[in-house]
Amino acid sequence: MARPFEVTRQPGFSAIAIACFVLLYLPIVLLVIYSFNAGESISQWEGFSLRWYASAWENEQIQAATIRSVVIATGASLIATSAAVLAALATTRTAPWRGRTIVFALVNQPLMVPEIVTAVALLIFFSMIKVATGYTGLWYLILAHAAFCIPFAYMPVRARLQGMDLSLEQAGADLYGTPVKVFRHITLPQLWPGILAGAMLAFVISLDDVVITEFVKSAGQDTLPTYMLGQIRRTITPEINAISTALLAVSILLVTAFFFISRTRK
Amino acid sequence: MDATTRSRALLLAPALFILTVAASGPLLIVFVYSFLTPGDYGGVVWDFSTQAWFNVIAERDFFTEELGWADAHLAVFWRSIKLSLLTALLSFLVGFPTAYFIATRPRRSRDMWMLLIMIPFWTNLLIRTFAIMELIRNEGTINTVLIAMGLVTAPVQMLYTEFSLLVGMTYVYLPLMILPIYASMERFDFRLVEAGYDLYASRWQVLRRIIFPLVKPGVIAGSILVFVPCLGAYVTPRVLGGGKQIMLGNLIELQFGQLRNWPLGAALSLTLLVIVMVALLIYVRAAGGEEARHG
Repeated sequence: MARPFEVTRQPGFSAIAIACFVLLYLPIVLLVIYSFNAGESISQWEGFSLRWYASAWENEQIQAATIRSVVIATGASLIATSAAVLAALATTRTAPWRGRTIVFALVNQPLMVPEIVTAVALLIFFSMIKVATGYTGLWYLILAHAAFCIPFAYMPVRARLQGMDLSLEQAGADLYGTPVKVFRHITLPQLWPGILAGAMLAFVISLDDVVITEFVKSAGQDTLPTYMLGQIRRTITPEINAISTALLAVSILLVTAFFFISRTRK
Repeated sequence: MDATTRSRALLLAPALFILTVAASGPLLIVFVYSFLTPGDYGGVVWDFSTQAWFNVIAERDFFTEELGWADAHLAVFWRSIKLSLLTALLSFLVGFPTAYFIATRPRRSRDMWMLLIMIPFWTNLLIRTFAIMELIRNEGTINTVLIAMGLVTAPVQMLYTEFSLLVGMTYVYLPLMILPIYASMERFDFRLVEAGYDLYASRWQVLRRIIFPLVKPGVIAGSILVFVPCLGAYVTPRVLGGGKQIMLGNLIELQFGQLRNWPLGAALSLTLLVIVMVALLIYVRAAGGEEARHG
């Protein structure tokens, strides 16, 4: 039998696609490889070593930045997810109501307005508050991160809610369950994967943020990404690759987990 | 206010509060600041002035008081728009075949291919920019390999050029092109392609006349999704442009940093916001028009 005519084939497309996948991963793979370089170069291999991980681990600035990043990401993702779950409950599975469009626009605003514009706006606003109150702590960053994390936490929760069956909750209400009890025992357990997925996404988004953090932070409030950005003017050593690799590992782990959680059906 | 409305308002309150305080509300302050006078050490003096908006595109010569275009600003505007369009084009040229490739895989493996596209996208933008920088810098991998192979004697200068910005932004935003194209291709009925071949269409005709028109909404969405963040890009041009090839985001930062002209920075930010909103409006209208046509 002759080779069958492949309907879906387009000449060159597969080659471009394969090249695309290779090019997508090549820079990242090289970055990871050179984080294990024994020498000081990020392009000439001089043997395997963990020295740059050790030096990053012992660097006090990096330690402080890491802790700050984790604190902010944890705080921001908890706040954003809680607010997003409540907002999703109010906006999903209801008849259209007045003001819904405005609420959607507000929730999605961080996705549409360029980050640099929000960053500048927050710089101006927060510096006013800093002058007025004298407070210069981490809460500015946590609040700013929570705001741009809300749409990311909102989307998976809303998707999950939309796929949920209303009849179980109605049955609960018929059996004299109070709204709180119905939510606690019926809605929440079903909603849980969406909440978890949303929180993880929010955490990753907060952990990776550069622009807004760079403008909002007070002196000495570097997070890991802004610390790294500050380093590019100096000679680049594999230490940056080591930090990058660690951050990459965290992101990839969380995103892959997110992918599998949000794929699970009821 | 009935019970439903009240409970809805309560549920929405935390999210709307955070978004108003730390996202939307401050934009109004930017608007106000764009009409004030710059302070000597940054900040503003509360005197009304339209100077900042005037300075976005024009300037008065310091010595002769002659009126002229603000060439430096216009050059940055032009570079930002040009590079964003080119990035969208390059992303389309690479992304369309890739999305097509994924959409024609067996159903079970498609999700895995898409995961492969999305993983880099969700990893830190700064790290991906670093990765590109390490690849193309003078002592970087590409130049090291080229010199070792004897193809060039001195490193090829790629970093700090417009080329590096184009490559970097395409690398960083490509998934935003692939995602919507794939989404519209996945629903594409390949029996239509078969019908085309039955009617003696060539591969090119099938692509141009059957596949492309039906996935066009995805292509438009992808182009906007790439164009918009490119226009406001800050990190990629800062790292790969090294202060030589600045884009709008960096110009705005300069006004709040070294140049200490907050009102001008505010006016430039709002100009960027307006361009982005216009792009989004064009997209909404195009998407709406497509939907209406296909019922």
